[in-house]
Amino acid sequence: MAQNDSQNAGIRYLNPPTVEVRKKKYCRFKKAGIKYVDYKDPEFLKKFLNEQGKILPRRITGTSLKFQRKVAQAVKRARSLALLPYVTDLLK
Amino acid sequence: MLKQYETVFIATPVLSEQQMKEAVAKYTKLIADNGGEVVYEEDWGLRQLAYPIQHKTSGFYYLIQFKAEPTFVETLETQYFRDERIIRFLTVALDKDAVEYAERRRQNRGKAAAAKTEEVKVEEEVPAQPEETTEENNA
Repeated sequence: MAQNDSQNAGIRYLNPPTVEVRKKKYCRFKKAGIKYVDYKDPEFLKKFLNEQGKILPRRITGTSLKFQRKVAQAVKRARSLALLPYVTDLLK
Repeated sequence: MLKQYETVFIATPVLSEQQMKEAVAKYTKLIADNGGEVVYEEDWGLRQLAYPIQHKTSGFYYLIQFKAEPTFVETLETQYFRDERIIRFLTVALDKDAVEYAERRRQNRGKAAAAKTEEVKVEEEVPAQPEETTEENNA
């Protein structure tokens, strides 16, 4: 028993074990102090869409709830004005 | 009590420049006649549509920012519906942040067009860039 314990304690790694350190996501609107999400700028809104033109969830973009709502609203307005497609492949 | 609005309409690409001017004049006049006030106009010119509307793949975009009574929006949209030259339109009310944004956008537009696009890009890409680089570092 005593031997086992000492063995466990003595484990040596050749390479340091890779520990995943995830960078904390943040809301880019809060960080940059943007207050209004413009529907007239499709290039900017594309950052919040996937390749099919669907709106990306908050858990991926890190946008706060307040601005996620505004982004969604802006994307929908842009779609209605044919600035962004409703459905597509290979948007980017 | 006047409220700030912003309206974008898309006119058919078959219009000549003269006809387009007439269409714009019609709506600016309509706003003025109904006790409104045009704050700002912007011509985006002929643009490709992201998807076809009424079998058309391009259209003339025009933006008008104006102040008017809330009841006027309905009149304006009725006119849009009746107008065959207009294939799509959108009218939105502007809150105080939107008005502020619109003013900054206008000032940026006032400068050289090239300088404007650069500024806007810098402003927006600053928050985006660090995110991407840090992710790469982690990987």
